[in-house]
Amino acid sequence: MSPIIEHIFRFVSLLLIQSFLLKNLGYYNLLTPFIYILFILRLPSRISEFLLYTLSFFLGLMVDMAYNTPGLHASACLVLAFVRNLYLKIALSKDKADYDSEINMGTMGTRWYFIYITFMLFIHHFSLFLLEVFRLNDLFFVIIRTILSSAFSLFLIAIIEFLFSSRKVKI
Amino acid sequence: MRNLLLFIERYRSVILFVIYFSLSISILVFNNSYQRSSVISSSNAFMGSWYAKVHDIESYLSLKQTNDSLALENARLHHLLKRSFFNQKRDTGSVNRLLYKQRYTYLVAEVINNSVHQKNNYITIDKGAIQGVRKGMGVICPSGIVGIVINVSENFSVIQSLLHKDTRISAMLEKNRSFGSLVWGDKIDSRKAVLRDVPSHLKIKKGDKVITSGFSLFPSGIPIGCVLRSGVRGGSYFWDIDVLLYTDFSNLQYVYVVTDKMSEEKAVLESNNKQE
Repeated sequence: MSPIIEHIFRFVSLLLIQSFLLKNLGYYNLLTPFIYILFILRLPSRISEFLLYTLSFFLGLMVDMAYNTPGLHASACLVLAFVRNLYLKIALSKDKADYDSEINMGTMGTRWYFIYITFMLFIHHFSLFLLEVFRLNDLFFVIIRTILSSAFSLFLIAIIEFLFSSRKVKI
Repeated sequence: MRNLLLFIERYRSVILFVIYFSLSISILVFNNSYQRSSVISSSNAFMGSWYAKVHDIESYLSLKQTNDSLALENARLHHLLKRSFFNQKRDTGSVNRLLYKQRYTYLVAEVINNSVHQKNNYITIDKGAIQGVRKGMGVICPSGIVGIVINVSENFSVIQSLLHKDTRISAMLEKNRSFGSLVWGDKIDSRKAVLRDVPSHLKIKKGDKVITSGFSLFPSGIPIGCVLRSGVRGGSYFWDIDVLLYTDFSNLQYVYVVTDKMSEEKAVLESNNKQE
């Protein structure tokens, strides 16, 4: 499968899973998984910045349509895209970035990949929940929600990765 | 000029981020729950039709429960029919229908999108402006009240559920008819709400019934829930009563949109009052 078709397929399927299945899943509002951001995290590291921000913005808007929260997920996705750029600049060595632009478990190694996913989940969930309450009084509640929800999302993403990732040989 | 271009080239990433982020934040801030743009919500045609399709499949799975609740409600309505009352006064004959004027009418709608796990919950139903739903109408279900219509498109409407931090509903205790306002408050449980502003000299027992007061959008006397626990917040003269809701928001199937035929008349009369 060509990479572009793979990304489009991931965009559509994650959006459907998020808005029809995961929306009904959760424990009160402490545990609310958001796995659609896997699409942003899996975009190639050499993607143009304009494309990255545009895709993040529209992915967020589509999720907002399903969740009735205009602008909320879009903002959180943009924060995520911004932090992702910084993270990849620091964490990817120059030769590796040039050699292979794709980010997945096979090319990056399981350990590197899951540290990356965990960090990004925290950033996204924290900004999302903070923007949702829109004040700093409930910081403790926001942090609890972030930790619990990120753990749940990480669990779901791990299942997806181990089920569907193509087993490439690690170089 | 050249320096400016160099600057833009160097900080391209940050500039792009700021532009997009301020765009999305402004969407977020300017769309609070009352002036919600109907484009980015599940009442627009695209998302609405998809949720309707998925709901068709989902509704098959709970046909039995739906049937049970409909049968129960049928039974309750049979109780109310004129023919189920025994006429003790033989000589008066028929009841004069002109004495009773219909005030509330009900429109059945199916729930096609629902949430209970968010901080502010919304429900989408499959009736809209064409069928006569208007912004601000109340919505009830066989077991209690559901919420208030906040956004209407041609064929769909979005309801601000009782499980929303801005929803306040006028309610009272059935026993002594003292009223307060029912809010979800800062709860996270979808079965519990709080009745506020009831004077603290009244005796309140666990299990007392809470019903609608009839002051706002809903007819009076619709059961909402029962008292779970009551207590006074420090230094206050009012009870904070925990209410267990009869409605289970997580498996809502059919709801009724309440149309109040005299609401306009009442609103005009009451606004006259304020002007004087």
